[in-house]
This record gives sequence, structure tokens and C-alpha cells, in this order.
Amino acid sequence: MTDNEHGRPMVEAVGIHKSFGHVEVLRGIDLIVQPGEVACVIGPSGSGKSTFLRCINHLESIDSGTMTVDGELIGYRRRGDKLYELRESEVARQRRDIGMVFQRFNLFPHKTAIENIMEAPCTVRRTNKKQARESARGLLDRVGLGNRCDNYPSQLSGGQQQRVAIARALAMEPRLMLFDEPTSALDPELVGEVLDVMRGLARDGMTMVVVTHEMGFAREVADSLVFMDEGRIVEAGVPREVLANPKHERTQAFLSKVL
Amino acid sequence: MAAPTDDTTAGGAGPIPGTAPTPIKAVPVRHPGRWIAIVVLAVLGAMLVNTILTNDGFRWDVVGKYLFSGPVLNGLRNTLVLTVLSMLIGIFGGIALAVMRLSPNPVLSYVAGLYIWLFRGTPLIAQLLFWNFLAALYPRLSLGIPFGPEFVSFDTNQLINQFTACLLGLGLNEAAYMAEIVRGGLQSVDHGQTEAAGALGMSRGQTLRRIVLPQAMRVIVPPTGNETISMLKTTSLVVVIGYFELMTSVQRIYSVNFQTIPLLIVAAIWYLALTSVLSIGQGFVERRYGRGVHQGPTGARLLPKRWTAGAK
Repeated sequence: MTDNEHGRPMVEAVGIHKSFGHVEVLRGIDLIVQPGEVACVIGPSGSGKSTFLRCINHLESIDSGTMTVDGELIGYRRRGDKLYELRESEVARQRRDIGMVFQRFNLFPHKTAIENIMEAPCTVRRTNKKQARESARGLLDRVGLGNRCDNYPSQLSGGQQQRVAIARALAMEPRLMLFDEPTSALDPELVGEVLDVMRGLARDGMTMVVVTHEMGFAREVADSLVFMDEGRIVEAGVPREVLANPKHERTQAFLSKVL
Repeated sequence: MAAPTDDTTAGGAGPIPGTAPTPIKAVPVRHPGRWIAIVVLAVLGAMLVNTILTNDGFRWDVVGKYLFSGPVLNGLRNTLVLTVLSMLIGIFGGIALAVMRLSPNPVLSYVAGLYIWLFRGTPLIAQLLFWNFLAALYPRLSLGIPFGPEFVSFDTNQLINQFTACLLGLGLNEAAYMAEIVRGGLQSVDHGQTEAAGALGMSRGQTLRRIVLPQAMRVIVPPTGNETISMLKTTSLVVVIGYFELMTSVQRIYSVNFQTIPLLIVAAIWYLALTSVLSIGQGFVERRYGRGVHQGPTGARLLPKRWTAGAK
């Protein structure tokens, strides 16, 4: 992993606001994630945690505030005291370094597991096919699916699909990985295999922002835990402490239901 | 219909050695209706064969004489050339129009909408005649700067002969219909696919070419098969601007020798032959784009498995 010696944060969100029509989904989010840190975001549904995650790689644009990843402003360029919207191609370039894993996997159904992983390196980075195939094979091995190269997504279980999706994101060698409820669409017995892969990533020093309902994972793997409700960060801190004795009553109410 | 022996249900629950289950012995449900239907159809079929063979009005000798005659084959060639070329214009034009229609650029979207409205909203015959008589409107066509100098100039009648007028009329009209078919296909692809491609850093163009369009093809191909088969017969409209194809050739022959029925049978045989070839081709294309998806019933189902297995 690329260490940055300036000590600048990997993700720096300041005063993020976001509305869909008249509904204000994010009401001023401040969050800093350091390189190598695993940050878990929890909270009731509709609290804006997925929207916030999607703002980090500009899948959603923000209405006010600033989003910075590895020192680079996301979605805009500042010149003097003016902000300029980035072109689509420039946003695409920023996204190369930010991997994302979706709740519903979103694998490309017309491509095999290995083709799913090779797609972005081949079309975006123009890596040659042979080399891309080799590293894709390595990534599939890493997520424990070395024998599933030529299976189409429809021939894989949910857990296997999600592991391919993680490998696909890793193929672009991202500096940051975003996980949007990666285990919420899985059968209970398949959750473990996906969490194992994520645990491995964390151990290797990957910076991760994980929106999740897996409190066990948060407690065990995360370096920091953020509790969101109604578009605000209600409480944040070391996972063990937040989970064991939450300070805020809304956190207490939420945790009493899920733990 | 086949019994429900799905692989997924049969895979895990194999018989355990030693405890083989005893199969159910029961009298199967009788289907008298099927037997009645078979008898009725057999009688009707026999009547049909009988009349085809014994009614001299069919004049099978005349059919045989003209089936491979020069004028008929000439017309057939024109039908094929017009169908293939105007469908190519239609498909590629349709893809371009659909992408424009769905573009975030409001100008492109509006222009595509206008084109579709105009070309779907006016009769094809009128469009064919329009292209043919373009010279009456613009005797010369030129490239240049408006109100400024001209770089090149053409005589319209030389640039647009009957054949080009046919292609323009059929192709540009088809593009409008194909545009809506392609748009439906593109919109049928889950938005998550675009997001996943975007999150990987793929551009809009790459996402369209590599991710969305190949998946949309599954939805686009069947109606496109329809359009192609329909085009095969629509080409006969070119008679209004004095061009000829299969139907026109046949009509010219029977207007002279008055063998109307046999010559219509000649035309029908060729149209059916071409349609059969196209249906088989459609089956192959559907298999190609059905990769990774549960294979539902397609035209290819009508073929023996060994024919289509290679197309996977």
C-alpha cells in the first residue's frame, strides 16, 4: 500500500450536505479517515450512510461542503477562490483509485468471473490481456475462488459473487475501498466468507470505509466506528467503546435493537 | 412438455445406496382430447395435400418454371440487397439515435426525438417518393458555408439514383423505429451496471460499448428480427419509384401471362425461404448475447441441440 509521508488523511469530508428534492439526506457530515484505517459506518436505514459513501466517489454529487480523497478534491477543481466542476472523464480518472463494492454485487452478468475482473484494467488502464488475466487469476486466488475463473455470475452463490466483486474492485489497485452494505443481500451462512476476505484486506493495510450492519465485524476489525442518524454523525469513536457504552441515547436505542 | 427435472433440484438429492426409493405405480392421466385433435388435424391435413396435388389451378409446372427464372432471381437479389443495406442503416442509425435520445445533452436528445417523430409520423411511401424527387426541390446539392463560398456541388439527380433513393427511404425510416427498440433495450439494463462500471473508472462511452449495449442486445435482438423480416416484404414498396425487387418481378410476369396464383406461390416460396434463414440466424445471435443468463425459449429451441451448441 502507498504510504503518504505527509500524514494527510485518505478521506476528509467537511460539512457535507446533500438533498434529494426537498428531502435533506445529509446535514453536515465531517469525517476523517487516515491511511490504513478501517472506518465502519452504522445506523438505521434512511440515515444517509449509503448516500454519504456514494458521495466519496462522486456517484452522488454534494450540495455543500468539501470531499477530499488523498489530498485531491473530488468532483471539483479549485482555481483561485473559484470552484470548477470536473468533466466526466476527470471524474472517471478520480474513481480509478477508489474501489467500490455494492450491496447487490452488480457484477457484469454477460462476462465470466475472470472477465469481470479484467474488464476495467483492460479498457481503462489498457493493460494487455495476458497480463490482466494473470493478475485477475491471482486476485481470484486471493478471494478463494481460483477454481471459478470461467463461471458466469449466475453460476455463483451470492457470497462468491460478492468476493468476485471485491476482486474486481481490487484489480484497479485502489488506494481506498468503499463497501456499501456488502453482506446485506447474502444468506446468513454466506456472510462469513465475504467478511473473511474483508478482514484479510484490512490486515494488508487497505484503507476502507464500510457501511455495514455487522456489529461483530465492526467491533473486531474497524479502527473507528461512526453512528449516523437522520443525516448527521451522532457518535463516533473506538468501536469497542461505542458498542459497549454508547453515550448518545439514539445510539443506545439503535444498538439495543441490533445487538 | 418435459418433466420438471431441473439440474438444481436433481443435483443434491441423489439416491442413497441401499435405500433405493420404490417408484410410484399409478395409472397415468388419460388425454383423450389430444387424440381427437390428432385425428381432426390428420383429416384436415390430408384434405390440404389432396387439393394441392389435384387442383390444376395451382399449376405447379408454372411454379417450377419460374422459381429459378432470371427475372425472379434478379428481383430476389434486389430484395436481399435492399433488406440487408437498409437494415444496416436502420440498426446503426437506430443505435446512434437511441444514444442521442438518452444523452444528458438536451440538444442531442431533442434532435433525436424530432427525427423519430418525423420519420415514424409520415408514410414510408411519401418518404420514398420524397427522396426520389429531391431534385425537384434541390436541383443541386453543395457543401459550403451558409451565405458563403461553396466547396463542392453535385447534380442531385446524379447523386441520388433510384437505388440510393430506395436505401435512403427504407434505411432512414427504419432507423426511427430501431431507435425506439434500442432505447427500450438500453433502459432495460439495471442502473447498477452503469454505476459499477463508473465506479471502476470507465467512461460513459466505454460503459455503453462494453457493459450496457451487450446486455441490452438480449432485449434488442428479437424485435430486430421482426423488423428484418418485415423489411424483407416492405422493400416491395420501392415499386412506387420505379425500382424493382422480388414482388415487382413476379407482378410483371403475371400481368403478361395471367398466371397470377402460380407466380404468387413463387414469391411466397422465396419469402418463406428467406424468413426461415433469418429465423435461424436470429437464434444464433440470441444465443450469442444470452451468455451468462438463463437460456429461455428462443428460436434456436426449434433446432436440434447439436446445431446451435457451437454458437455458445
